Amino acid sequence: MEGLISLAVKAIFVENLALSFFLGMCTFIAVSKKISTALGLGISVMLVQAITVPTNNLLLTYLLKPGALAWAGFPDVDLTFLGLISYIGVIAAMVQILEMILDKYFPPLYNALGVFLPLITVNCAILGGSLFMVERDYNFAEATTYGLSSGFGWALAITAMAGVREKLKYSDVPDGLQGLGITFITAGLMAMAFMSFSGVKL
Amino acid sequence: MAQTKKDMLVDPLVDNNPITLQVLGICSALAVTSSLQVAFVMTLAVTFVTAFSSMFISILRNQIPGSIRIIVQMVIIASLVILVDQVLKAYAFEISKTLSVFVGLIITNCIVMGRAEAFAMSNPPVASFIDGLGNGMGYGLILMLVGVIRELFGSGSLFGMTILETVNNGGWYVPNGMLLLPPSAFFVIGLLIWGFRTWKPNQVEEREYKIQNVEAH
Repeated sequence: MEGLISLAVKAIFVENLALSFFLGMCTFIAVSKKISTALGLGISVMLVQAITVPTNNLLLTYLLKPGALAWAGFPDVDLTFLGLISYIGVIAAMVQILEMILDKYFPPLYNALGVFLPLITVNCAILGGSLFMVERDYNFAEATTYGLSSGFGWALAITAMAGVREKLKYSDVPDGLQGLGITFITAGLMAMAFMSFSGVKL
Repeated sequence: MAQTKKDMLVDPLVDNNPITLQVLGICSALAVTSSLQVAFVMTLAVTFVTAFSSMFISILRNQIPGSIRIIVQMVIIASLVILVDQVLKAYAFEISKTLSVFVGLIITNCIVMGRAEAFAMSNPPVASFIDGLGNGMGYGLILMLVGVIRELFGSGSLFGMTILETVNNGGWYVPNGMLLLPPSAFFVIGLLIWGFRTWKPNQVEEREYKIQNVEAH
């Protein structure tokens, strides 16, 4: 249990997907102009991340790993090279299912998330989360924790960024730096702030 | 066709650069640039995937039904990325370890998807191939620039060869360790964008709020 808590804290602060691995940067820069939309996107990413990372973990353990197909009578088969294409398939399918469920049972949330849901398929933070899970060899409990907390970390980063940018638009920025440039510099400063968490030992 | 092939190749390098202007594919641009060698391999991989995925999608564009086109595009891109991944693992294992998840993330690199959707779906194969090549190179240009700055000043070397002798090895250069850390990538790209836009003022974004000059009234 302690291991899981420290894993969660690490995934949220120290190894923040957005600010220390630069995942999901395209959306991070594009959708962080207003706090409300940033928050909506952050919540959807968290939701999708929490579902897809454990699902991909099951897929890896029972279908793809060397020897994983032993239950079906193929103990020598190694399908790990199909990993990438199956993870992205799972992600696309999950996003689609989530979209349909939200549309049917939680229309207000569905309307609030709007176009962001389908866009999440191509958000690198989601695929990145699954790939990190594979690379670090997490078991099912760890994968669930990691999915939830890394999604939360991403949501936290984009909401904070939107907060900064809402104030930033009133400031007098040099012409060439206007927009994209200053956003990058701000993100750099935030990444530095998040790095200070790396001293935290659990 | 209004654009010549050369224009299509050169245009994305500076005038319509995928990173500094179209804001695509930033994720990997930041993460893999702490050493030039890695940045170079990444450039090759992305250029290869963008060029060929654009070409294949363009060949198939009349057969792909509109409603499932994203999935079809994804499958084509993912197959190419698996190819790149396996080749890297076989012939350049060290680099493939350093790149870790970022090779896989070429699948969700917005440049590849963006060009497939915006260009390849409505243009013939050869033009799409060239467009993909140009955009891959535009991406690579920024990647290499950032890589040069970060590796040269961060560890005093280029492609792993020492250029500025560091103090630790008895030289004179005190390396700026900050440049090897993640946040510096943001600063370097931010400043590069500033440079690009000062050079090409038509790329400057409109201000949302203008500051009124009170004294003038």
